[in-house]
Amino acid sequence: MTQNIDKDLQRFKQIVRGKVRGNLRKYITHGEMLGRKGREVVSIPVPNIEIPHFRHGKKGSGGSGQGEGEVGQSLGPGEPEDGTGEAGNEAGRHIREVEVTLEELAAMLGEELALPNIIPKGAETLASQKDRYNSVRQVGPDSLRHFKRTYKKALKRQIATGQYNASKPMVVPNRDDTVYKSWTTISEPQANAVILYLMDISGSMGEEQKEIVRTTAFWINAWISSQYNGLQKRYIVHDAMAHEVDEETFFRIRESGGTRISSAYGKAIQVLEQSYPVEDWNIYIFQFSDGDNWGDDNRECLNMLKDKLLPVCNLFCYGQVESPYGSGEYVRELMGLEETWKNVALSLIEDKQGIYECIKDFLGTGK
Amino acid sequence: MSISTYRPLPDDIRAIQDEMEKVAASYGLDFYETIFEMLDYEELSRFAAYGGFPIRYPHWRFGAQFDELMKGYSYGLQKIYEMVINTDPCYAYLLNCNSITDQKLVIAHVYGHCDFFKNNAWFSKTNRRMLDQLANHAARINRYIDRYGHEAVEEFIDSCLSIEDLIDPYSPHIVRSVKQRKQPSDASEEEPETNDRRFRAKDYMDSFVNPQEVLDQERSQQQEEYQRQHINRSFPAEPVRDVLQFLIEHGQLREWQRDVLSIIREEAYYFAPQGQTKIMNEGWASYWHTTIMTNHGLTDAEVIDYADHHSGTMATSPTRLNPYKLGIELFRDIEERWNRGQFGSEWENCDDVEVRDHWDKELGLGREKIFEVRRIHNDITFIDTFLTEDFCRRHRMFSFAYNDEEKTYEIESREFKDVKQHLLRNLTNYGRPQIRVIDGNYRNRGELYLQHQFAGIELKLDDAEDTLHNVQKLWGRPVNLETVIDETLHLLTYDGQTHRRSPLTKNETFTITN
Repeated sequence: MTQNIDKDLQRFKQIVRGKVRGNLRKYITHGEMLGRKGREVVSIPVPNIEIPHFRHGKKGSGGSGQGEGEVGQSLGPGEPEDGTGEAGNEAGRHIREVEVTLEELAAMLGEELALPNIIPKGAETLASQKDRYNSVRQVGPDSLRHFKRTYKKALKRQIATGQYNASKPMVVPNRDDTVYKSWTTISEPQANAVILYLMDISGSMGEEQKEIVRTTAFWINAWISSQYNGLQKRYIVHDAMAHEVDEETFFRIRESGGTRISSAYGKAIQVLEQSYPVEDWNIYIFQFSDGDNWGDDNRECLNMLKDKLLPVCNLFCYGQVESPYGSGEYVRELMGLEETWKNVALSLIEDKQGIYECIKDFLGTGK
Repeated sequence: MSISTYRPLPDDIRAIQDEMEKVAASYGLDFYETIFEMLDYEELSRFAAYGGFPIRYPHWRFGAQFDELMKGYSYGLQKIYEMVINTDPCYAYLLNCNSITDQKLVIAHVYGHCDFFKNNAWFSKTNRRMLDQLANHAARINRYIDRYGHEAVEEFIDSCLSIEDLIDPYSPHIVRSVKQRKQPSDASEEEPETNDRRFRAKDYMDSFVNPQEVLDQERSQQQEEYQRQHINRSFPAEPVRDVLQFLIEHGQLREWQRDVLSIIREEAYYFAPQGQTKIMNEGWASYWHTTIMTNHGLTDAEVIDYADHHSGTMATSPTRLNPYKLGIELFRDIEERWNRGQFGSEWENCDDVEVRDHWDKELGLGREKIFEVRRIHNDITFIDTFLTEDFCRRHRMFSFAYNDEEKTYEIESREFKDVKQHLLRNLTNYGRPQIRVIDGNYRNRGELYLQHQFAGIELKLDDAEDTLHNVQKLWGRPVNLETVIDETLHLLTYDGQTHRRSPLTKNETFTITN
């Protein structure tokens, strides 16, 4: 049989991956190019890879067709191949979707941006219990029956006892043949991490700004989750008040109103205190805003950061998205912190092209 | 090692095959022994990706093709019903999930193809033992992979495939005299031949029959040609269409590379006639499946299914002429015309509509004629000879062209002349640009000079440059391509590092006189 084609297919997939890697910058800055984002894999549209040939261009090209229509009627800009086209088994040119696991994607990202691996703090303090199915036994529930082994065993027995008839192959397992899967519980030291996303949703944050946040957050998630076994994500939005929301809402919500960043910090402190003791967790805070804040609020924000947030978190990142409405002042307030606190990273994101640099700024710290 | 994994056909299919074979033979179809195999879709796709063969050399493009076929099938976009290859014996593959009606149709269709493969003149030079040959190629390339590494060989194959269509599909049919082929060995010392191409004429007529300025012009052309070939040491003497062969002979290649390139070339020649006869081949097979099915194969219960699938195959779309449809209709038209005697000068010169409508000499030559047509024609001559104005009108054919301003294709004309011209143009060299070697020592610097024989359509430039890149890898020295960009003659150059596009002035180009 034509077994070799599997090798050809593997090779082709490798090449496609290489293509994704080569164009990663484009995918980073154009988040919308990514297709379905599943739990494990992301499908990425890649232009079909073809061997170049000398071919005619569209200009001056044409052909013969068949059907109704007046002279001058448009047939669409489509890509009719040769006028006589090859029907049947040849498909036209397509965009091909490749599925890349998030892990692979993170590895590519790390390579592309030269990101240092994160050294987790407080590692191995938390043991997680896990069940591994790694053995078999003679008894168990039917739902755990090991089908393949059972039949293999039955076949062995039948051959050994001479019951097996090769011309009429029939394998019937009996009670002794039946094998069940069994597990052992193991405890694994685990470094856990939590990401807190804070976002300003006041009126000045438009669709484009949110798109930037969404794309940046996707890549940050991809990278950090590749570095930790367990990653939790919490989302906080704020205008003058702060709320905790789920992921879906975080990216879709649009409100208007004033801006008090301290409200978000307050909420963050509350979340951390409730669920994530600092000894056990690696804490990441990513804040996105257009830099607008209520004038008096800045001092309070800085105090909250210095007293409560910066001492506990691995990394505090502030990304300021340029917006036509925001004043963009807040980043200046934070600049003073950068000197004393090593775990602060600031980045200005002007437009989508800025996402690339922003991710580098944030994750290049290796914390 | 057995190449085939022959599994006996199920009895019911076997019975259909026997019946169809008998019926087909009774109509005078003449084919090699045909071996059918039943495959599931995945297996069929494997074969299809390999061009219908079980063993090919390793290359990712087969994987890509396979991936595409499998995805297309699982998304419900496409489905291959059948596949048949030009070998002796013929191998044909059936899809096991087809209904019995489909299997009948497909088997009848396959016998049409087999007859065509065996009898059409354009297939006469193909290797009927290609199954073995392709396996040999695979073994050879695998050996090179073992020795020189996968990457190196793959990269080289990529370059070769980039120009695999730069062959001369007519060359297998041309017997050139040995003398013409021989390169003059020590011609460099020879003086330019000054053989005047004078016509014989009486003295007093001589200045009219052989005007002096024409003679001068011819002489200067000969001088130029001499200059080019001998002073600049240009070769070949005449443009070469088989670029692959030229590269095999003259490219800076290592021995294994030469062999790989010759493998690619041989396979390209093997598959070439299928491209040359797409319309005829499919038309012929479809003609026979309808004839056989409607006269013999169908039970009452199967008529609807059959009609449904047949018409699905014959569906047309505005911008793609369906070769199945065009082919079958032309064969039927020919049969009808020769049955009624609608040919010859008497018919051509008759412009009385009434008479033409009722023209029937009851010659009954139709069957005989279509068998003759399937023996000697290829798509180009087929269309050129048998596409008539009546046919065009009856089938609502039109020509379309790309409107550069509107960025869209438009119906351009319903005139017979235009339709036919467009059709022929798209069939010429499979609708691909014709490229030939003009000089292997351009500017006396060992550069390769290729010429695009411009016929109204410009090249897709990014692809052209990428391809040139690959040609350079095979040639070793800088490569040039003469083509037309924005209606002026340009030279694309790639020297291994950078691409250049420079306009060509007239006196730099070669004046080829042949």
